[in-house]
Amino acid sequence: MLNYDIVVIGGGPAGMAAALKAKECGVDSILILERAESLGGILEQCIHTGFGLQYFGEELSGPEYADRFIKQVLDEKIEYKLDTMALEITQDNVVYAVNKTDGLLEIQAKAVILAMGCRERPRGALNIAGTRASGVMSAGTAQKYVNIDGYMPGKKVVILGSGDIGLIMARRMTLEGAKVECVCELMPYSSGLTRNIVQCLDDFGIPLYLSHTVVDIHGKDRVTGVTIAAVDENRKPIPGSEQYIECDTLMLSVGLIPENELTRNVGISIDRVTSGAIVDEYRETDHKGVFACGNVLHVHDLVDFVTKESQIAGEGAARYVLGKKSDPEYITTKGVDAVRYIVPQKVNIKNEGDVQLFFRVGSTFKNATVKVRYNGEEIISRKRPRLAPGEMENVVLKNDMLKSFAKDGVIEITVEV
Amino acid sequence: MNYDATVVGAGVIGSLIARELSRCNIKVALLERCNDMAMGTSKANSAIVHAGFDAKPGTLKAKFNVEGTALMPELCKTLSVPFKPVGSLVVAFSDEEMETVKELLERGVKNGVPGLEIYDREKLREVEPSISEEAKGALWAPTAGIVCPYELTIAAVENAVVNGVEFKRNFEVKSIDFDGNEFTVSDGKESFNTKVVINAAGVYCDEIAAMIGDSSIHTVPRKGEYMLCDKTIGGLAKHTIFQCPSKMGKGVLVTPTVDGNLLIGPSALDIEDKEDTATTAVALESILETAKKSVPVLTTREVITSFAGLRAHCDRDDFIIEESEKNANFINVAGIESPGLSSAPAIAVYVKNMVAGKLGATEKADFNPVRKDPVRFRHMSNEERKAIIAKNPAYGRIICRCETITEGEILDAIRAPAGARDVDGVKRRTRAGMGRCQGGFCGSKVVELLAKELGVEINEITKFGGDSKILYERTK
Repeated sequence: MLNYDIVVIGGGPAGMAAALKAKECGVDSILILERAESLGGILEQCIHTGFGLQYFGEELSGPEYADRFIKQVLDEKIEYKLDTMALEITQDNVVYAVNKTDGLLEIQAKAVILAMGCRERPRGALNIAGTRASGVMSAGTAQKYVNIDGYMPGKKVVILGSGDIGLIMARRMTLEGAKVECVCELMPYSSGLTRNIVQCLDDFGIPLYLSHTVVDIHGKDRVTGVTIAAVDENRKPIPGSEQYIECDTLMLSVGLIPENELTRNVGISIDRVTSGAIVDEYRETDHKGVFACGNVLHVHDLVDFVTKESQIAGEGAARYVLGKKSDPEYITTKGVDAVRYIVPQKVNIKNEGDVQLFFRVGSTFKNATVKVRYNGEEIISRKRPRLAPGEMENVVLKNDMLKSFAKDGVIEITVEV
Repeated sequence: MNYDATVVGAGVIGSLIARELSRCNIKVALLERCNDMAMGTSKANSAIVHAGFDAKPGTLKAKFNVEGTALMPELCKTLSVPFKPVGSLVVAFSDEEMETVKELLERGVKNGVPGLEIYDREKLREVEPSISEEAKGALWAPTAGIVCPYELTIAAVENAVVNGVEFKRNFEVKSIDFDGNEFTVSDGKESFNTKVVINAAGVYCDEIAAMIGDSSIHTVPRKGEYMLCDKTIGGLAKHTIFQCPSKMGKGVLVTPTVDGNLLIGPSALDIEDKEDTATTAVALESILETAKKSVPVLTTREVITSFAGLRAHCDRDDFIIEESEKNANFINVAGIESPGLSSAPAIAVYVKNMVAGKLGATEKADFNPVRKDPVRFRHMSNEERKAIIAKNPAYGRIICRCETITEGEILDAIRAPAGARDVDGVKRRTRAGMGRCQGGFCGSKVVELLAKELGVEINEITKFGGDSKILYERTK
């Protein structure tokens, strides 16, 4: 049995930032487990730029962004194991993992940081009718084929879903000589960043069909075309609006699901909206000593935000290991109406600093007001010119506010027009 | 090439027949038009081993169902195929349906089905807690079970090959000629000379029979669509839950699968195109609605994939297992729709005896009935895991995260007798890509491993043979 103060599961941007912060806070015994052959996570295949504007104040590619953290991990001599898959976390925070050289690893951890990221929703989850021909793949899989393996996964492409990966891949495929026929988006708005719609679709004349979906997939061996249709306000296809588009590839960018198998198996409570763990302001779950951060907790828009959140979790895990944590007195947070979720879901009112609440809305708003209420009483009101589901929002609970709250109180956030 | 017996079609029927024949001192060929076995009806059906009360007494369906179901547990054990004796319920939602359920019980008794019992509402809800409040009662059949139909087929072919059967993939029979003594079975490029032909071509049985001038078989593909749900709700059904049967079949069922998922379906629609396995929005919606009658809490939220299969329905409304009227050495095994999977073990024995009789074949002494249990890392204890990785480090590398499938298992699947040649073949043998992300992560790794093992470029690897390539040329 190996012993570490902190075991970090996942060596992507979340895991690395959390490990580095924990080290900075005074914990030396840290082990990162990474299933891929290198640290960096999904950033390694994101060769486009646009990373780091918030955190570093400069525009980096995915591998460049990852590299800055990999260098620090090496400099700080934080231990890591590559090509290693965590299989199980026990009730006593023993982590079982496996790789080719060590075989089955048994690691006793004082604290565990979950940083496994997320996976893409597949075709099946959408229940799209049609054949099961080759050529239907998620945008992230296609990205790996193009950017890592160096092969074209298609020549004539329809993309379903206007999430950022879909938009990025529309441009990438076009640059590699493929024809991207269109991007269909079920919702009346895109969940992608505005800059990506402009730079990846508009600049290349790729049409974006909002309120459209794919209703049928054709082709016996390889995809030969798809049928798209407009949808009504209930997202149901409108009969008569069907249109056949010839293509050899259907790329899906229809959402990400936090990868929480380990989390569920250890019995940690999961938020039904985020599909991630329910956490406090240090991102500690309801299983003592287990923290979560990054896309495994909730899906982020920018890696910069992942980094910041993971530093909070890293600090939390370090405090836990170093015994700096007092018995918490929690209030809970709750999104109302248009506010789909808030992270963290609970806040310790004994916390010594300010606490930032992150939230996401379910539809677009112009000139709206974000209101925060404590036990029904308004405590914050902020005007926002624009709110969109694709862009995470936040409000800050100042420490003097926290001090005025009582245990079991409820913070609600809502949007008013 | 000269053979004694040639089986056309490597579905569950043809494959089990080939395996039975490999007990004998004869040369056997198994021809398959696709890139793998179990590519038709055998990979897309309800995966149920029926107790045997549905078929009319005196029919071949009734006979082989009861016999086959009795053979299934032992056969699955010998071939290391997962089988679970979960039992089945036919649920009644009205007094009229309670009458039907009683009739099914009587029919079952006539067919020789053991252990049938009528459950009242309370007992039903006790054994199947998610069942609808509307349910009045059910027929309980303890001998029913669930099996993985493609694993059974794959295991049968592997074992047949080990015992000397020649398995030929991508061989689409185009002509069968008879010279008065022997048949010549050809795909236009290659041919097999054989004394006996067994026609087990599923929905194509009519076309194969027509090649020797036998026009007595009329196959109507009957499409059935299914939805497969995540393992998180696999426990919603403890048993196979049927509704009362209709003319088109046994209706929509809700059942656990051997792998712990939940399966819902099938629809039933007679179609003309024997290649049409596309799912339709209409049918998928309808099966969910119908299934909710049995288990009301079902939603599409947990669906991970949907698929369609074609039942080889024949207008004779019973199995056809007999010598062709045109040639006594040409045996039709046609119209094998439900309960075909359940009947398969018994059909195989029956057909083997027919063929052995014709050829005067005897059983060989060195027949090995056992197919070794493949490594299933996900089912191992930590001690077993340590030991197997120490022996072969490839079992220490997880390729499919959803289902915890190792590189070692994938290599085994490719290197097995009649091993996997495409991504779907690896998937059916190992479950890599069958989880909730449906190959999003492991797909490209499986492609790499296949390419390396088969000694080809990764853009030559297909999803399921033919033109189902996954990648085109290199990027710029």
